[in-house]
Amino acid sequence: MRKFDTKVQYLKYKVLREVARLAWDDTLLDNILDIPKTIIPGKHSTMRCCVYKERAIVADRVHLAMGGDPNNPNVIEVIETACDECPMGGYEVTNACRGCLAHRCEDVCKKGAITFDHNHVAHIDKSKCVGCGACAKVCPYTAIVNRMRPCQNACKVKAISMNEEQVAVINNDKCIACGACVYQCPFGAIMDKSFLLDVIDLLKQSERNTKYQVYAVVAPSVSSQFTYAKLGQVITGLKEIGFHTVVEAALGADMVAYAESQELAEKGFLTSSCCPAFVQYVHNAHPDLEPYVSHNLSPMATIARYIKQSDPKAKIVFIGPCTAKKAEARKERVKPYIDAVITFEELQALFDSRDLDITTLAEGVLDNASYYGRIFARCGGLADAVAEGLKEHGYDDFELKATSCDGIEECKLALLKYSKGVLDVNFIEGMACKGGCIGGAGCLTHGVKDKAEVDRYGKEAYEKTISDAISVLK
Amino acid sequence: MNITVCIGSSCHIKGSRQVVERLQALIAEHNVGETVTLSGAFCMGNCQQGVCVTVDKKLFSVSPETVDAFFQENVLDVILREEVDDHG
Repeated sequence: MRKFDTKVQYLKYKVLREVARLAWDDTLLDNILDIPKTIIPGKHSTMRCCVYKERAIVADRVHLAMGGDPNNPNVIEVIETACDECPMGGYEVTNACRGCLAHRCEDVCKKGAITFDHNHVAHIDKSKCVGCGACAKVCPYTAIVNRMRPCQNACKVKAISMNEEQVAVINNDKCIACGACVYQCPFGAIMDKSFLLDVIDLLKQSERNTKYQVYAVVAPSVSSQFTYAKLGQVITGLKEIGFHTVVEAALGADMVAYAESQELAEKGFLTSSCCPAFVQYVHNAHPDLEPYVSHNLSPMATIARYIKQSDPKAKIVFIGPCTAKKAEARKERVKPYIDAVITFEELQALFDSRDLDITTLAEGVLDNASYYGRIFARCGGLADAVAEGLKEHGYDDFELKATSCDGIEECKLALLKYSKGVLDVNFIEGMACKGGCIGGAGCLTHGVKDKAEVDRYGKEAYEKTISDAISVLK
Repeated sequence: MNITVCIGSSCHIKGSRQVVERLQALIAEHNVGETVTLSGAFCMGNCQQGVCVTVDKKLFSVSPETVDAFFQENVLDVILREEVDDHG
């Protein structure tokens, strides 16, 4: 059964699983130096130049699995030993250039960066090229390729550069912790810090939920994950692992949609605040627009706050597709409500560290949120929910003009246009990942059917309206 | 007086929302909104006895059918007794 998209994810998972397994047995500190050898037994290397390098990289992964560098505030870190120092030429003309006569590349280049030699073969002047890629698109021989590093290419906020040794470096002032580089680096050289040990500790110290109760708040994108099992089995699995109960973050999304639609009607213009990477981007790149970011907490923090109000001793673990949520949980406004954040990838490691095969379990139920809260997981869902919220509040004369930005590039464009006064909308839904949360870096798998899965899960909701779902929570 | 209704998955399926809505209506009807606060909680660990409702931490098992009787006995009567006690 295929659990992951790539072998890089699988390797990361094996390390997390091993660290978790030892942590459950209280033997992590005794065995920590043996983990690289357990995972890379040798004698022959399978990934890198030699087993010693492979083990060195695993040792660094163990460090990240245990929380990473405490002096680095970013939840995303480069594993320097693993960075393969990929070539980084940007756009280059390859020998597939036939020296044609049309010179479409020259015509399309607005910077005049393309010249031709006596054989009509194109050359790119690096001092003029801005890397727009227009020449590559028009070449009939696809002779122009982008040799930008996958990490740099993935990072649409341009937070990644190279140091003197050609190793990737993340600029923490620009990074939004979306995790795109984590997922895209083909060598797995960038990783999110793991708080799996915190979760295991919370569960163990609770003494089977007698000292305090540990709640799992699960993101609605779970409906597109763990496809080898049923969603209800994931819920039962969480309880088997030791969680007191499982609550849908989608219920928090219902609460947010209800409050946010009111805020929108009052203020007249708003951007969403659910996606922490988007919120961070506005903070970094458009501080002028920050006052227009919805003042509501994210669905994660909203539902966690509610749980802690009714059960002040509660400990709350958010489980989702998102690396940026790990950064959000450290914010002053959110810290009191969320005790730890892990991704679906890490949850898989957590299940397997207990040798729990969730496909053998009975199906639990997860039924609190409405259709609208659940479709927050995919791009466009939030705007739909806000439209429903406006309707349920009775703001019939408020005309919603929403734009749903699919991925951080679209967010960038919409914010730029709005700040220039050329975007006629009153609500910007910002989703840093392509497709919305279902495209998150912490997902086990990313597939074309994910959106349909989320919609199907939404339609299964008992509660058809937002007001129904939050009747007691208001 | 704090009434907490479990809105965890199991109780939800057994009708916690109907219980909540009926309690909201009853609180309004009897004008006890100032004495009684209603809130939700996720799983009280007694799923077999759902819908779980606590009144000042004392656990009751309520269903949409029994909610009216429950309210009379454990909320209204209790308030009445307290008022009598207060006034000697």
